[in-house]
Amino acid sequence: MPEETQPDQGTPLSRMRRRLAPPEFPTDDRSRMRMVVDSLVLHLHPTKVPQSTLRWSYTWGLGGLSALLVTMLAVTGVFLQMNYTPSPPQAYLDVLALRTGTWFGDLLRNIHHWSANLLIITSVLHLLRVFFTGAHRPPRELNWLLGVGMLLLVVAANFTGYLLPWDQLAFWAITVGTSILSYIPLVGQPLSRLLLGGPEVGPPTLLTFYSLHISFIPLGILALMAYHFWRVRKDGGLTIPKSASQQEQPAPERVTTIPHLVRREAVWAASWVAILFIFSMLIPAPLEGIADPAVSPNPAKAPWYFLGIQELLLHFHPLVGAVIIPALGLAALALLPFYDVQLENIGVYFRSYRGRYMSLLAAGGAILLTPLWVVLDEFVLDWAAWLPDWPTLLSNGAIPLAVVLLGLFALDEVLHKALRAKTEERVLALFIFLFTALVVLTIIGIFFRGPGMALYWPWEMPTTYH
Amino acid sequence: MTIDQQSNAKASRRDFLKLTWAALGGLAAIEIGGLALAYMQPRLAEGEFGGQIIAGKVDDFPPGSVSHIPNGRFYLARLADGGFLAIYQRCTHLGCNVPWDQTQAAFICPCHNSQFTPEGELINPPAPRPLDIFPISIQDGEVIVDTGQPIQRQHFEPSQVVYA
Repeated sequence: MPEETQPDQGTPLSRMRRRLAPPEFPTDDRSRMRMVVDSLVLHLHPTKVPQSTLRWSYTWGLGGLSALLVTMLAVTGVFLQMNYTPSPPQAYLDVLALRTGTWFGDLLRNIHHWSANLLIITSVLHLLRVFFTGAHRPPRELNWLLGVGMLLLVVAANFTGYLLPWDQLAFWAITVGTSILSYIPLVGQPLSRLLLGGPEVGPPTLLTFYSLHISFIPLGILALMAYHFWRVRKDGGLTIPKSASQQEQPAPERVTTIPHLVRREAVWAASWVAILFIFSMLIPAPLEGIADPAVSPNPAKAPWYFLGIQELLLHFHPLVGAVIIPALGLAALALLPFYDVQLENIGVYFRSYRGRYMSLLAAGGAILLTPLWVVLDEFVLDWAAWLPDWPTLLSNGAIPLAVVLLGLFALDEVLHKALRAKTEERVLALFIFLFTALVVLTIIGIFFRGPGMALYWPWEMPTTYH
Repeated sequence: MTIDQQSNAKASRRDFLKLTWAALGGLAAIEIGGLALAYMQPRLAEGEFGGQIIAGKVDDFPPGSVSHIPNGRFYLARLADGGFLAIYQRCTHLGCNVPWDQTQAAFICPCHNSQFTPEGELINPPAPRPLDIFPISIQDGEVIVDTGQPIQRQHFEPSQVVYA
């Protein structure tokens, strides 16, 4: 058409401004709709979303917050790379120089550090929200698996990043963390040797971890994120919230994504960017003295998100505590949408009123029983000494594991027989019990374990460690 | 064998080609995976930890003593009968350095209180096995320790001791 091929009128400058500046908001409905459809945002979101899914207390904005943190980490990470050499002792000196010799380097490092730690928390909370509202159930099984995969990659990113400052904290946390790995039968020790580039943490380890931290792991996270977002739309968007008393799924009232969803996302993201900046200005990321391979700090602890597993190691033979229990837990988590498949109650927090009651019961039980068991095992139970002729894999591994599994079985029997819980409520309550137990073990590992990994009250913790 | 049975037993041309392509693809994946693993094997430097370390002269170590060799990351234990053991300083529990405690005549790990005899034998868990050892050779009165690969052991045995 001759009209359309006509060149723009005016000077080059005014033509440029017309192409690049946002167009004026049209007044007629049809043009406004056109503008919405043409928008970049709508490659990610559908044009309309159910109004009820916009409620903040349904999703808590956790998936979006995680995505924001990944973006923050990518941007701050690239800037941090520009002032970093992955080789000891220069790595540590570079971190010191970053703090004192660059503009805003300290702030950048703090934002990266706190975002990374917050990302682990928001990823786990997002997983919990999805499970509590039944959003992992068919047809969303694949997206649940993608999410579990991303959670593992987030932990891997955090773990490889932990070593990079090359201070005492980093060196010994990675030493302990990779030693846990080496307890996997057959492949554990070759794998740990491959990752470390030798028998111990050293210069090759730093280079390997740095390479993984800035290449394969973030690329994997970005690829899975794209796949995850796409699956959300292919699976029909978010699950529609429903209250426990509603029988029928109400027909959702839909509103346009722009501005209703996008405005909420913008406010949420801006608030969290502000929170992260303020937090990072006030609280610096930890940095101890330069790594000294000759001096182990006492206690030597893995990164905080592994302290639940390290706590298990104090109570079980390493093969049970570091391999069998985590592997069983991970398998049960990943396969959840394949055995918790009921299609009713999707979108209802905790399945039903009874589900809420049982969730509280399970969480309370775990908060009470886990410390009790830790203290009992610390001071009273000593299977290895009672059965001196047995191999420790049995006396310190199989027997306590059998006791714990029997306890879980008894809990399930109580739910099933005494409380007449339905299958989905039993799965819910057991999940909450185990998750709460893991949180309690992690808290004990972080705050209650002192020199020699002995139990201390946090307020009586000795401050001189060596 | 009838013609019918033959056509059942044999793969068709299409099946054969499919299988061949799949096998070739699998082979290529294994090759590349193997290359990547081989490439990532640790590099070892001579004279540093990971190579041959000269601990010192035999006579420098009195019987019944434990000496730390920092650049080799091991303790050279000379037992009362004059035999040598090169004990890796890394705790078999979670990898902390285990200091030698002269007053208690034991290796005591600061991290989780694992304890070991001068021979490296386990006295107190949570460590699952004795401290690892390195192979020793004695040439021209010098104790030479190969720190390339620590040797794991379930118990201390006299055959692990090397005599001058």
